Amino acid sequence: MTRQERIAALKAAAKERVLILDGSWGVMIQKRGLAEADYRGDRFKDAPGQLKGNNDLLCITRPDIISDLHDQYFAAGADISETNTFSATTIGQAEYGMEAAVRDINLEGARIAREVADRWTAREPDKPRFVAGSIGPLPVMLSMSSDVNDPGARKVTFDQVYEAYVEQVRALHEGGVDLFLVETITDTLNCKAAIKAILDLADEGYEELPIWISGTITDRSGRTLSGQTVEAFWNSVRHAKPFAVGLNCALGADLMRPHIADLARVADTLVSAYPNAGLPNAMGEYDEQPHQTSHELHEWAEHGLVNILGGCCGTTPDHIRHVADAVRGLKPRQVPERPKAMRLAGLEPFEIA
Amino acid sequence: MRPTFINVGERTNVTGSAKFRKLVAEGNYPEALSVARQQVEAGAQVIDVNMDEGLLDSVNAMKTFLNLIAAEPDIARVPVMIDSSKWEVIEAGLKCVQGKAIVNSISMKEGEAKFLEQARACLRYGAAVVVMAFDEVGQADTADRKVEICKRAYDLLVEKVGFPPEDIIFDPNIFAVATGIEEHDNYAVDFIEATRRIKALCPYARISGGVSNVSFSFRGNEPVRRAIHSVFLYHAIAAGMDMGIVNAGDLPVYDDIPEELREAVEDVILNRPQRTNISNTERLVELAPKYKGGKSQAKGPDLAWRDQPVAGRLAHALVHGITEYIEADTEEARLAAERPLHVIEGPLMDGMNVVGDLFGAGKMFLPQVVKSARVMKQAVAWLMPFMEAEKAGKPREQAGRILMATVKGDVHDIGKNIVGVVLQCNNYEVIDLGVMVPADRILDEAQKHKVDIVGLSGLITPSLDEMVYVASEMERRGMTMPLLIGGATTSKTHTAVKISPKYPAGSTTYVLDASRAVGVVSNLLSATEKPKFLAATAADYQKVREQFARGQGTRARATIGEARDNAFTPDWTAYDPPKPTFLGTRAFAPYDLPELRRHIDWTPFFASWELIGRYPAILEDDVVGKAATDLFKDAQAMLDRILQEGLLEARGVVGFWPANSDGDDIVVYADETRTTELARLHTLRQQMLKTGEGQANVALADFVAPVGTRPDYIGGFAVTAGHGELELARRFKDAGDDYSAILATALADRLAEAFAEALHRRVRTELWAYAPEEPFDLDHLIGEQYRGIRPAPGYPAQPDHTEKATLFRLLDATAATGMELTESYAMTPPAAVSGLYFAHPESHYFGVGRIEKDQVEDYARRKGWSVGEAERWLAPILNYDA
Repeated sequence: MTRQERIAALKAAAKERVLILDGSWGVMIQKRGLAEADYRGDRFKDAPGQLKGNNDLLCITRPDIISDLHDQYFAAGADISETNTFSATTIGQAEYGMEAAVRDINLEGARIAREVADRWTAREPDKPRFVAGSIGPLPVMLSMSSDVNDPGARKVTFDQVYEAYVEQVRALHEGGVDLFLVETITDTLNCKAAIKAILDLADEGYEELPIWISGTITDRSGRTLSGQTVEAFWNSVRHAKPFAVGLNCALGADLMRPHIADLARVADTLVSAYPNAGLPNAMGEYDEQPHQTSHELHEWAEHGLVNILGGCCGTTPDHIRHVADAVRGLKPRQVPERPKAMRLAGLEPFEIA
Repeated sequence: MRPTFINVGERTNVTGSAKFRKLVAEGNYPEALSVARQQVEAGAQVIDVNMDEGLLDSVNAMKTFLNLIAAEPDIARVPVMIDSSKWEVIEAGLKCVQGKAIVNSISMKEGEAKFLEQARACLRYGAAVVVMAFDEVGQADTADRKVEICKRAYDLLVEKVGFPPEDIIFDPNIFAVATGIEEHDNYAVDFIEATRRIKALCPYARISGGVSNVSFSFRGNEPVRRAIHSVFLYHAIAAGMDMGIVNAGDLPVYDDIPEELREAVEDVILNRPQRTNISNTERLVELAPKYKGGKSQAKGPDLAWRDQPVAGRLAHALVHGITEYIEADTEEARLAAERPLHVIEGPLMDGMNVVGDLFGAGKMFLPQVVKSARVMKQAVAWLMPFMEAEKAGKPREQAGRILMATVKGDVHDIGKNIVGVVLQCNNYEVIDLGVMVPADRILDEAQKHKVDIVGLSGLITPSLDEMVYVASEMERRGMTMPLLIGGATTSKTHTAVKISPKYPAGSTTYVLDASRAVGVVSNLLSATEKPKFLAATAADYQKVREQFARGQGTRARATIGEARDNAFTPDWTAYDPPKPTFLGTRAFAPYDLPELRRHIDWTPFFASWELIGRYPAILEDDVVGKAATDLFKDAQAMLDRILQEGLLEARGVVGFWPANSDGDDIVVYADETRTTELARLHTLRQQMLKTGEGQANVALADFVAPVGTRPDYIGGFAVTAGHGELELARRFKDAGDDYSAILATALADRLAEAFAEALHRRVRTELWAYAPEEPFDLDHLIGEQYRGIRPAPGYPAQPDHTEKATLFRLLDATAATGMELTESYAMTPPAAVSGLYFAHPESHYFGVGRIEKDQVEDYARRKGWSVGEAERWLAPILNYDA
């Protein structure tokens, strides 16, 4: 299949059923108990500082592990798997001094995922598998002050953030992803820089790929870390004409539900959700069992709240298998048609009716 | 109630505000931010930020200001309009806003290529755009040019760029008229005409403009400029103008502009054929000085409206709340009508419909509507004897009958009265049973009068329980009519979780404020709308219940033991509690009312009329300023009258006693020997989990030295400014003047609050005298920047209303002040405040929050209650289902 054929197949599948995204990567990699040497491989054996914990680097140094994880998630029933490139921007890699490896991480990350997905598609042509290029948040925020004494201070500029994303999305595109997933968005302005980076690729002649945007509601207040309500967030990113919009991370399914329900009401595109496996316990571990997660998410699908389901922190292939089994045969959410209106946003939405 | 015309605030615009320009030029950003904040507080829905000034580094100023706004949630709430003629400034702004902004503006001035490039950038940054009617040739002046450019821009945007048409706003250029140059005479018509045509040609696009340009040639004569703006907007909005940068608070109502001036302005704006031998412009120029106003010219009320036919005069009187001529006008209308009833059904209802429409559109505000009702009532009162004389007089057709009452044990009724008046204005018959009405009486009357809807109101927390009881009684009696819930202490959550499930046979709806009442009632009484409305409400409440249930399980609490271990513990060894200047009680009856008047905090007064904003800024507010100013004037006149005629009397009592804390109780002693216990004040402790450094689980008892440490003291007070308020309100009501009745009640409330505030200050400086040097200034007081607190039972620091009984007994308050307590521990007269005094420098206000069963059991033991009784009084703060 060509990329355009895959995109068409993805859109067709979304009309038929609730699509399944994979689960967490961090926890699964942690379980391997890798050593510093695994992260370094040959290429970085002399690099200064510690590299252990830089999971994105494994795309280059332990492709076998990354490939195996994609394999496990596709086997569990995922339609879409994410590239292992959550922090693969120059800004995200600066902590490890790995800025120079960013392009290769993204190229390799996309290539590995592509290869595994294509293998599954060849084996099960009725259920094609797709690759979403993961674009995570940055350790710096454009809407929030970096200095308690100066509310106007910022560590980075929009242009710097934009440049970092341009490099990432260009490499993901070249590596062969089917769509972009801007995820775990804590600051909508950072996200808007990523959106602009993706949209601007068209000017360089890259074919257009679907965009999937997933924000993070940090707590019960129902707001993003940068202060927006769910509807204001949607108004602020709708110009990307996203293939899907949703929420992930920070909350377990029970606490995420009201916010997903809000989003499902206002978003005139597909809605996705991939919550954590509950809230972490005192040790920072996630206790929610696969059947618990799938029980909650089944209810969402049954009530027509979602089009795409998956898992974030703490979820495993077993969680994804349970979710996939639970929602099989259920109708996906109907995308509502909303009257045309100017819908602006500050931290709160404002509609000119 | 969203207004159809959007005023874009212009005060954070260096080209529009000299003050803002100065602040930015000086780099005084904190003050500049406060300009933005005031604008949002005053109701601006979008704020325009413009830094285009030759001497400014506009790019940096834009960035700095927008980054600072991002840190202020009460400003960043609303979208920004990034306003500049320079693309680099706009782009710098777009890089600083996380929300969806409006770019103002782009155009084809520098050709199609540049325009497309900038539009594409706006789309990719995610912003709506204002497009100026400007092309390579120049700025469009005629209607044809405006339409041609806008249509061309629209097609390019929608077809070439894929710009969403609903995100396009056109600014077809408002130019000055009456300049003396003949070619300019048609400029306003060109704009209005172009607006109409562009709206028809470009679906979903919006029209905006800078209104003040149109009157540029009259600068220096503000009244005439305002009249020009008002007339211009009247016609432009009718043609489809959606938004504009305009100082709306300044604009006169179109109909209020003196006929002569309005006609002259209209002739200029609409470029009509000249009426005399001089041109329209010359005529307006000649007329202008007469309306310039200024101090020299004594301005009597404008009576031009008296020249209209009687129906027009009645409508005018209703809309403007003028009672002066109402009886004569009503009589004139009656003589001309076949039957007196026809006057009500004809011109009076027509006038009230105008009021209803203006209110619905956000163009009139509550105090004005209540004044309209007063006019209506007086007119109806004039007609009543004639209708009764007319044997065949049938009762007038009403839209529905609503019974309202403040529930048993509660005495507050300002909000309920306002709702009643608003409903009457909309032709509903209202049966108001008053305050402290037992459930049986409410339901007997409801059945006797076959009412369509029952409305319950309450202010204090025990009323919540009473409402649940009324609902269950309605169910038991087999009633089915809708039940409405309102009042300060009520909430959608409580209504959904506690009240509505008790009344499955009927519907229960929470009404947030008076402005929502008509919508709710008309939905409930409409055969077609009712099912939809009920289904939507039921679904909404189901969601609220689910949310509530989810919140219940996970709200983690400390045990009472853990909370006590984490109590607030000042260093008692380092603190020498001050001794009051006297022990026992001292009455202040009567208290000096003029002094209390000086202490009034006006902001809550406006809030009670649903006018939101801080005093005095609210008087200048763009949207509600006029309504607030009129209300304030009426309030001052009412206060003058109250003082001159001695209509209200203030009485209060203060007491101090030796006291020490004993666990979560405070023991009050008869004298300094501290051997005889006079009373025990019970306090409640916070049980929320506190993890932060220095965050204690506070109870009021923590602010008093424990038994066995040091001799400490506590104070108490009860004050009222309400002696006479019920009589006064009744007198006004009986005269058909609900407006004055509500006004008097609201003022009595403010005087009581002022009394509590004034007395507290005397306690601090003079009676307990622990802060004799405290400076005096009102803002300081309202900002609570002083030592010591005066928490009231029933409020967050001690949510148990029953503690008032102990306080009243200690103060012997009834004998000293004539104040009493109802069975729900509401105070009468209703304008009253009571509380305790704490002097410790670290004493502070806090909320107890939700508490657990272990504390409830312990509290019941201390109070000598059963657990069930404790759960009933503490129902609103229980962290579990009792």
